[in-house]
Amino acid sequence: MSDELQQFREAFKVEASELLSELEATLLELEKDPGNMDAVSSIFRSFHTLKGSGGMCGFDDISGFTHQIETVYDLVRNWKIEADKGLIDLTLAACDHIRDMLSSELSGSEALENRTTDIIALFRRLVPDAGKAPKLLKKAGLAEDVLGAAEPFGKLATYRIRFRPAGDVFLRGTNPLLLLQELREMGDCKVIAHTENIPALGSMDPEQCYVYWDIVLSTTRGMNVIQDVFIFVQDDSEVVIDMIDDGETMLEAEDYRKLGEILIEKKDLKKEDLEQILRERKLLGEVLIEEGLVEPVSIEAALTEQERVKQIRETRQKIDAMMNIRVASRKLDKLVNLVGELVTIQARLTQTALRRDDPELLLISEEVERLIEELRDTTMNIRMLPMGTTFGKFKRLVRDLADGLGKEVELVTEGAETELDKTVIEKLNDPLIHIIRNCVDHGIEPPEARREIGKPRKGTIRLSAVHSGAFVVIEVRDDGAGLDRDAICAKAVQRGLIHPDDELSEREIFNLILAPGFTTSGNVTSVSGRGVGMDVVKKAVDNLRGLISIDSAAGEGTTITLNLPLTLAIIEGLLVKVGQDNFVIPLSMVEECIELSERTVEERHGRNLVGVRGQIVPYIRLRDQFSINGASPPIQQIVIVNAEDRHVGFAVDSVIGEHQTVIKSLGKFYHGVQGISGATILGDGSVALILDMQQLIQLVETAENADV
Amino acid sequence: MTKKIMTVDDSASMRQMVGFTLRQHGYDIVEAVNGADALKKLEKEKIDMMITDINMPEMDGINLVRKVRENPSYKFIPIIILTTEYQTEKKEEGKAAGATGWIVKPFRPDQLVGVVRKVMG
Repeated sequence: MSDELQQFREAFKVEASELLSELEATLLELEKDPGNMDAVSSIFRSFHTLKGSGGMCGFDDISGFTHQIETVYDLVRNWKIEADKGLIDLTLAACDHIRDMLSSELSGSEALENRTTDIIALFRRLVPDAGKAPKLLKKAGLAEDVLGAAEPFGKLATYRIRFRPAGDVFLRGTNPLLLLQELREMGDCKVIAHTENIPALGSMDPEQCYVYWDIVLSTTRGMNVIQDVFIFVQDDSEVVIDMIDDGETMLEAEDYRKLGEILIEKKDLKKEDLEQILRERKLLGEVLIEEGLVEPVSIEAALTEQERVKQIRETRQKIDAMMNIRVASRKLDKLVNLVGELVTIQARLTQTALRRDDPELLLISEEVERLIEELRDTTMNIRMLPMGTTFGKFKRLVRDLADGLGKEVELVTEGAETELDKTVIEKLNDPLIHIIRNCVDHGIEPPEARREIGKPRKGTIRLSAVHSGAFVVIEVRDDGAGLDRDAICAKAVQRGLIHPDDELSEREIFNLILAPGFTTSGNVTSVSGRGVGMDVVKKAVDNLRGLISIDSAAGEGTTITLNLPLTLAIIEGLLVKVGQDNFVIPLSMVEECIELSERTVEERHGRNLVGVRGQIVPYIRLRDQFSINGASPPIQQIVIVNAEDRHVGFAVDSVIGEHQTVIKSLGKFYHGVQGISGATILGDGSVALILDMQQLIQLVETAENADV
Repeated sequence: MTKKIMTVDDSASMRQMVGFTLRQHGYDIVEAVNGADALKKLEKEKIDMMITDINMPEMDGINLVRKVRENPSYKFIPIIILTTEYQTEKKEEGKAAGATGWIVKPFRPDQLVGVVRKVMG
């Protein structure tokens, strides 16, 4: 339990016991004077508070219990039943019972629960028509969807929304623009404002809302989430939401509705008028405006909608076609390489232009830079394929694996349209198979075991892919047993990976399963458990310059998250210098840069440690690591890198800046070199080595352990 | 500028919970224990938003909303009322009085923050 919740619980206990004492006093008053409606209101309010605050502070039992009593007192308040001695006795007993529920020693005991049921039954008897007692409306208020908490991402669909707020909407503190903003955040959104109802300034009431909007929104979030945006205004505003494209239709792009049809559907135009106009055969939009039948802005809205759907369907067809047209990937590689050369030469051009300080040349150079950037993005885009191409295979895999093990498992996939470099997708295949296998074999429990602990018989594995900046996040989540921390630790100790006394964070424990040959499975099954698995996954992900993280909760399941770069050909790097040599550190791993003065070095007596905001961070001296001659400058720079949730610094002479880099492989001869993942050519023609931070850290750690 | 929210509730633990959650998200909080107290404090404090319970002694939330809307400075600020699941008619009453929206108790901290962001941007 979190500290805050604990704190709230304590506060609630104090408040509840005060309320209960007051309640008892009021109850006794009511007994003397049964018609005292102030007393009844006060009692009702006390139970209401107990219910509301109790539910918030984690006392669900008290919340549920007081709800029943509150219901009865609501009836008393409305003169439906009488506050006789029987009711007061029962209520007093209920107060005592709430005290018992508050004391932590008794909470959750069976006796207590039985008593709850008994008292509730007695209260229910007082309700005249017990069958019709107000029942709990589960979704009466804000659904979770409003907050985007639980809604799974679905297919990309397009909606048409007409939002006409009530005229007095401002007087209820609603800002309609915020609602439009909320829609914008949900996906690709086009908003057309209808301003034709705004009267002349003289007759305008500034507190009235005269504007209404047509919105065309493409989103994966689904109808309910859109409806929830308008939850506070839907009763007094006009909110009409229609799905105009379901995300699947493969009709010809031109097949979407004609302008006139859209206008009629939205009741902007009468059918008879349309037919009349059609007979005259001019451009429909123009004629409609000429005739004053439709406002120009309505035409614009309808055309936007038409355009949007056409565009979406065209894109979809293009993606579909891409799967069918075969281009030798060799040709694409060549193209990417050429673009890479261009990027390099561009850097050189910029440098030259800057050095010459020639404004005309600079202008050209900037123009070329912009074009090359566009060219690069387009080229990269060609290599992108939707993840969905591989998702299909996994469904079959899961089905077959589950059958073989006598389990029931369903694979749910999300984000099939997420695009990723073809090479990355190919190299991801094996790791994903490994992960999914593990989920089916170790994660998901057998159907009977699941039923016994109250889970659905069928286990679910959720495979999702979403874009996040220059990365794609792929997540495999199962609702199985979760990782067994103790077993992992025991095994790791047995294998000498950790010391029995080591105190490891949860994350560190889970990361142990990524060690070579690690398995806790007692018996080797036909599917997995031979200990070749997660280390292979780790290696593959490392090779893709990705990150892997594991999260697990006992009994609830395990989530494995892969963070992968969109493409392998280009990286965003931080260019640093040691002596005369340039190095590139992948920018995605860099957290910050700090200065390292000679004094700090002296104070630490040669131990490579620095304090960063109260945290001790070890650092590696690249100068030593690569045996670079010469002395360090008086003030060095430390680049702090986040490697698998650990912070490690790298001491360099100077940090030059961000650098977008085309990666060149080092060639066969240097294949065995550790700590370097590639090289790149800088603007001035010199070579910079791209560092593999993980490997470097490992190298240093291994060397240090060997010294000890 | 930091936005200031007034939370009106007769339950101390509820005020604490709402206050704690919103402070964590960088809002300033003014607390009031009932409608009358809220109106008194409004004379001195300038607020950007109000979250009020319905059932309170002295002056209930519905009347508070009505009174606040009568004040020209607070004609357009968002006001959220706290209701319980079976008080749907209170929701309507609150809206009629000028409330912007509602939150159904019990709610989770993230739901509260979601609603605050929704109405205040």
